[in-house]
Amino acid sequence: MYAIDYLDPGTPAVVPTDADEARGDTKPVALEIDGVAVSVPAGTSIMRAAATLGNQIPKLCATGSLKAFGSCRLCLVEIEGRKGYPASCTTTVTEGMKVRTQTDKLDQLRRGVIELYVSDHPLDCDTCPANGHCELQDMADVVGVTDSRYGNGRKGNGTKVHQGSAKDLSNPYFAFDPDLCIVCSRCVRACDETQGTFALTIEGRGFDSRVAASQSESFVDSECVSCGACVEACPTAALSEKSLINLGRPERAATTTCAYCGVGCSLKAEMQGEQVIRMVPNRAGGANQGHACVKGRFAYGYATHQDRVTAPMIRAKITDPWREVSWDEAIDYAASEFKRIQAKYGRDSVGGITSSRCTNEETFLVQKLVRAAFGNNNVDTCARVCHSPTGYGLKNTLGESAGTQEFSSVMKADVIMLIGANPTEGHPVFASQMKRRLRQGARLIVLDPREIALVRTPHIEADYHLQLRPGTNVALINSIAHVVVTEGLVKQAYIDARCEPEAWQKWRAFITEPRNSPEAMEAITGVPASSVRSAARLYANARNGAIYYGLGVTEHSQGTTMVMGIANLAMATGNLGREGVGVNPLRGQNNVQGSCDMGSFPHEFSGYRHVSDGAVRATFESAWGVRLEPEPGLRIPNMFEAALDGSFKALYVQGEDMAQSDPNTQHVQAAFSAMECVVVQDLFLNETAKYAHVFFPGSSFLEKDGTFTNAERRISRVRKVMEPLGGLADWEATVRFANALGYPMHYDHPSQIMDEIAALTPTFTGVSYEKIDRLGSIQWPCNAAAPEGTPTMHVGEFVRGKGKFFVTDYVPTQERSTSRFPLLLTTGRILTQYNVGAQTRRTQNVVWHDEDRLEIHPHDADVRGIADGDWVGIASRAGETVLRASVTERIQPGVVYTTFHFPESGANVVTTDNSDWATNCPEYKVTAVQVVKVSQPSQWQQRHREQTLEQNSLYGRTKANHA
Amino acid sequence: MSVKVYIPRDATALAVGAEAVARAIASAAQARGTDVEIVRNGSRGLFWLEPLVEIETSEGRHAYGPVTAREVPGLFEAGFLAAGKHPLYLGLTEEIPELRSQQRLSFARVGVIDPVSVSDYVAHGGYAGLRRALTMSPSEIVAAVTESGLRGRGGAAFPTGIKWKTVLDQPPQQKYVTCNADEGDSGTFADRMLMEGDPLLLIEGMTIAGVAVGATQGYIYLRVEYPHALRVLNEAIAATYAAGYLGRNLMGSDRQFDLEVRVGAGAYICGEETSMLESLEGRRGDVRVRPPLPAIKGLFGQPTIVNNVISLASVPVILDKGAEFYKNFGTGKSRGTVPLQLAGNVKRGGLYERAFGLTLRELVYDYGGGTASGRPVRAVQVGGPLGAYIPESQFDTPIDYEALSGIGALLGHGGVVVFDDTVDMAGMARYAMEFCAKESCGKCTPCRIGSTRGVELMDRVIANVDRERNLQLVEELCETMLHGSLCGLGGMTPFPVQSALKYFPEDFRKTTM
Repeated sequence: MYAIDYLDPGTPAVVPTDADEARGDTKPVALEIDGVAVSVPAGTSIMRAAATLGNQIPKLCATGSLKAFGSCRLCLVEIEGRKGYPASCTTTVTEGMKVRTQTDKLDQLRRGVIELYVSDHPLDCDTCPANGHCELQDMADVVGVTDSRYGNGRKGNGTKVHQGSAKDLSNPYFAFDPDLCIVCSRCVRACDETQGTFALTIEGRGFDSRVAASQSESFVDSECVSCGACVEACPTAALSEKSLINLGRPERAATTTCAYCGVGCSLKAEMQGEQVIRMVPNRAGGANQGHACVKGRFAYGYATHQDRVTAPMIRAKITDPWREVSWDEAIDYAASEFKRIQAKYGRDSVGGITSSRCTNEETFLVQKLVRAAFGNNNVDTCARVCHSPTGYGLKNTLGESAGTQEFSSVMKADVIMLIGANPTEGHPVFASQMKRRLRQGARLIVLDPREIALVRTPHIEADYHLQLRPGTNVALINSIAHVVVTEGLVKQAYIDARCEPEAWQKWRAFITEPRNSPEAMEAITGVPASSVRSAARLYANARNGAIYYGLGVTEHSQGTTMVMGIANLAMATGNLGREGVGVNPLRGQNNVQGSCDMGSFPHEFSGYRHVSDGAVRATFESAWGVRLEPEPGLRIPNMFEAALDGSFKALYVQGEDMAQSDPNTQHVQAAFSAMECVVVQDLFLNETAKYAHVFFPGSSFLEKDGTFTNAERRISRVRKVMEPLGGLADWEATVRFANALGYPMHYDHPSQIMDEIAALTPTFTGVSYEKIDRLGSIQWPCNAAAPEGTPTMHVGEFVRGKGKFFVTDYVPTQERSTSRFPLLLTTGRILTQYNVGAQTRRTQNVVWHDEDRLEIHPHDADVRGIADGDWVGIASRAGETVLRASVTERIQPGVVYTTFHFPESGANVVTTDNSDWATNCPEYKVTAVQVVKVSQPSQWQQRHREQTLEQNSLYGRTKANHA
Repeated sequence: MSVKVYIPRDATALAVGAEAVARAIASAAQARGTDVEIVRNGSRGLFWLEPLVEIETSEGRHAYGPVTAREVPGLFEAGFLAAGKHPLYLGLTEEIPELRSQQRLSFARVGVIDPVSVSDYVAHGGYAGLRRALTMSPSEIVAAVTESGLRGRGGAAFPTGIKWKTVLDQPPQQKYVTCNADEGDSGTFADRMLMEGDPLLLIEGMTIAGVAVGATQGYIYLRVEYPHALRVLNEAIAATYAAGYLGRNLMGSDRQFDLEVRVGAGAYICGEETSMLESLEGRRGDVRVRPPLPAIKGLFGQPTIVNNVISLASVPVILDKGAEFYKNFGTGKSRGTVPLQLAGNVKRGGLYERAFGLTLRELVYDYGGGTASGRPVRAVQVGGPLGAYIPESQFDTPIDYEALSGIGALLGHGGVVVFDDTVDMAGMARYAMEFCAKESCGKCTPCRIGSTRGVELMDRVIANVDRERNLQLVEELCETMLHGSLCGLGGMTPFPVQSALKYFPEDFRKTTM
């Protein structure tokens, strides 16, 4: 039987505050527990001290992830020289203390308490979903209580019990059975302390105390965000996963890594045969420390959804029905087409796309396939459309294309500047940690056109919300830096020691120019100069100032400039190179960091080394046994242009839905239509597959071994817990594709691919599966200089040697509001849905969000006669689509906002082909639009619907023929 | 020349018709063209005489009571405005024996002055304590309170000066003075009477506390069941601000103290100090784990004095007349005076302030005059619903903290409830559990579930179901609650139960009920 496999220390570890450290108040305290000497940090509870000796004092309301609460009264102990029986969870150790945890009197009291619990609890353990891992059951066993002399109402002697209360089954993933609740408040506290949503409470008092969601609403209608922390915290089956109730107990578990956002939570997949029973966050997980969100914990059902395509398919034309074939036939067909096309149109007429959702190993293989087997550098990845400016901007200023900190660094930040990111929706588990720090008193500055939840949420309020106009990031960051420099708030000694002096002087001259002052920029950004000045002072004067940012920074025509502007500000204020500070991109997808690290860009090998570097190229050429091209290949937008020009004809797309996620959809569709062989490897028949000639069934993260690298450069294992539904893991298909093309690849296991990555990549030389297994995870760089990895970068000196300031002139985007398109559309995401929604739309997460809506300010809605829920047309110079309106003051006048999780929403029909000057990252965040009330879907949407029906029927016929 | 007529605005007096009496006197005076000045004072605490109407003359205040509106015309006819003879005439108020023999320090002005008149308060010696305090250093003030021997009158009897010193010793930061006016114990009313009768004394006491520990903000946490006290307090606070005794530069000093009243929501448990702090912060009134002590991390996590109304109201006299003066009252480690509240089945219920050391017998018989029913006294419950039942045989115990604890009882907030020989002590034991079940916050298991089980067990005992086994279980449950509960509610509920079992075992073994 699989059961809780750790000793729960009952109370959290003591984290010494800076004040403690300053006072030297961190020396251990020595005490005696049951005659055994033990020494623990000051402030540790007796319970935790005992746990270090392997002595688990009986407890129910205490658990290691939550602050001591002291309500169950089971953990009472005796302390020499003290009256009474203090609770060991809430009593901290003192020097020389002598504690007894087991005496006759304590046994008697504990039995008394358990007997009370049992008197109000059904004793149907055999049929209970928690049987075998119920803490009440365990404790009854420990103290030796099997029944209650008070009687139990279920036996009909008039004892008052909670019985027959309605179960709350409203949440799709978990059930609440009040009859099984022991009112320990662990769920309430988990919602407060772990998740930070404060959705749960105890209602009523005394015997009538019950857990309630919001104002006694159902869970699904309440403020609950379904993170599952309450379910995790529940010691009984009162809060249980429905899957556990329906499927029964798991028999084994494997530690793996979530395949959703860039937080990269470590999860335990609890299995019964080939079936996932539930996902439980790993308490030892470096990124998540035992927490997860509604996606990672619950929304894994897509992996076995009926829409999964599990057989390879081919067709000559995209108007033909699909034909299911064997893997051999599909691969041979694809290989022959690629060879034919290269023979006819030239070696550069084909390319490949790596996936930020696939493993490092798979990504590495696809770029190797392109470079070594296709013989060109036409490889790109979806990071192109999200964080490519991060890579470019941070590489040039600091020397490495990655975030500088680990997540837990935020717990030492005193001022947090959050720019263009919405962590409570996009990176919820990190958001919970950030909220914890903010509740401890860290200050918050938010730069966002929209009032994101963190601006004001329970027990948190941003000191400044600089609500800028979309597209004016650089103007704002420059005016913040202007204040820092002109008011003498720079850390001059830091700059002198660590940065290039010429670049500093040049930037200093630039940034102090009056045109960069907040007063001068106010007309552009729309942010009051006084707020900018105050916010700048707050950040610059912080002991530790940390910047976190998201796609609101990168997805602009000046995305790279903004990343550099952020790096400039952090360098000028000395906020790099230690814990609590840094420049931290919040990565969108699970392995977007990894896919970039692995050499997915056309100009770089793994480890961000340019293909034109002869020495680097030579190491790859010798390892791979082929000559490699010294010139960068095509980027995604160039591929589309080349396709429309007729020079680019075939594309291997692994795990990315370009037809939905890339901007200017109609342009993308035209480009795909012009290709002769599109190979799509995916779990589902996605939007891009409508233009595909070959379909390789993809494998989910549950179906393969490998690694993901999260936003903090943390490499974590993905472990296979079930066989691939399509027969092959993605990396296996790539290997066979390479072999069929005549470039042999020999790997029996992804660990061998990692060994090759380590051998060829200086920042990965110390990485191996063996070491990851031993350490749990590794943050690169991991090499001889840092054998166990590097949680904090740029300590002592920057990776590039001296940090380099870049002049960041504000250049307005060409995309600006006009009389024809007077509003600015910006985009974002929502908690329950993920990216293009291919996964989450195929889970019960649609309960919370089943359509994308257009947020519009009441003023803008009013003048257009738009009411909440109306259908509205959104037109830009690129195209038009129709959504329902949501009238809200979260958004400022003049700006509209939508999410892009549903293909039929056509958000990217509207977005334009404007892009970042350095990296071509699309300007998703600014599109000039007009919004009008309409009565029917747009023409594009009507065509899309017809095409979807047609493609479904082409696929449906295939299935029918086989049946 | 107008005659001053005192008619209490105290809730007890109002409950027995004081408002109608006041209206009747006003209209009768008007009809007769007689000039009267009606002052709405507090109650003298002689409840069997309420509504007690007083007439001020040159020789002092003459009392009439209990007055009903119907008797007002008769009073006028008897010339009561000139202390004329009437069956309700009681003589000079100060000479009423039950009042004359008291030692009123904190209640010295209650019933005497207009509670919301700052000038009346000052004319009767008010603000002498604060004036003195403003000339002293904080540690001198704290030392005086410590030296006086004052202990918490809310029930815990913790030395007030030591509590203040802990707050004083915290580094300078926002500190608070909170007054626990959630007087929820059945049979107690001293806090209410003081707040209705002399609120300025409490305000002065809190201001001294603020000055002593460096707190600039005070809160009075008042139970919602005291609407009259709320009105008086708010009037008094407004008058005090207007007179410059609150706010910035109070009494012309460089000190600041602000004060406001916050009203509870009807939970007994919010009289427990940590629950009270939770409630003051706007949360559910759950008990907090200690440590940290409120004196170190209290309201909003800041150093906080939490004192009962009477504790704070005892401070001005200590500062005014000196610690030595106060300390000279009392006995043993129980110094000063205590307002004892006599209620239940008693002839002369009311409030009697005396130095510690009076015996229960003196209180119940000499002041109280025995039972109202005229039957023999069987027991008293001292210290509210969680206090022990004391049999008549122990009535010679002096009322002081140590002596009562010596017989397994607690003085608590000074409430004494009298029962005659018809009381059923098994029913009273059941009631203790029922009270706990009703008022438990629900946080800790022994109280949350145990109290409900206690009621059920007592029902079974009373119904003679498996009686000996269930009595045994009652004893065990009491042990679990006593030692296992998080706060005093669950932890003290066993006291009335165990004392009833100990002194009146026969009541638990009646053959028929």
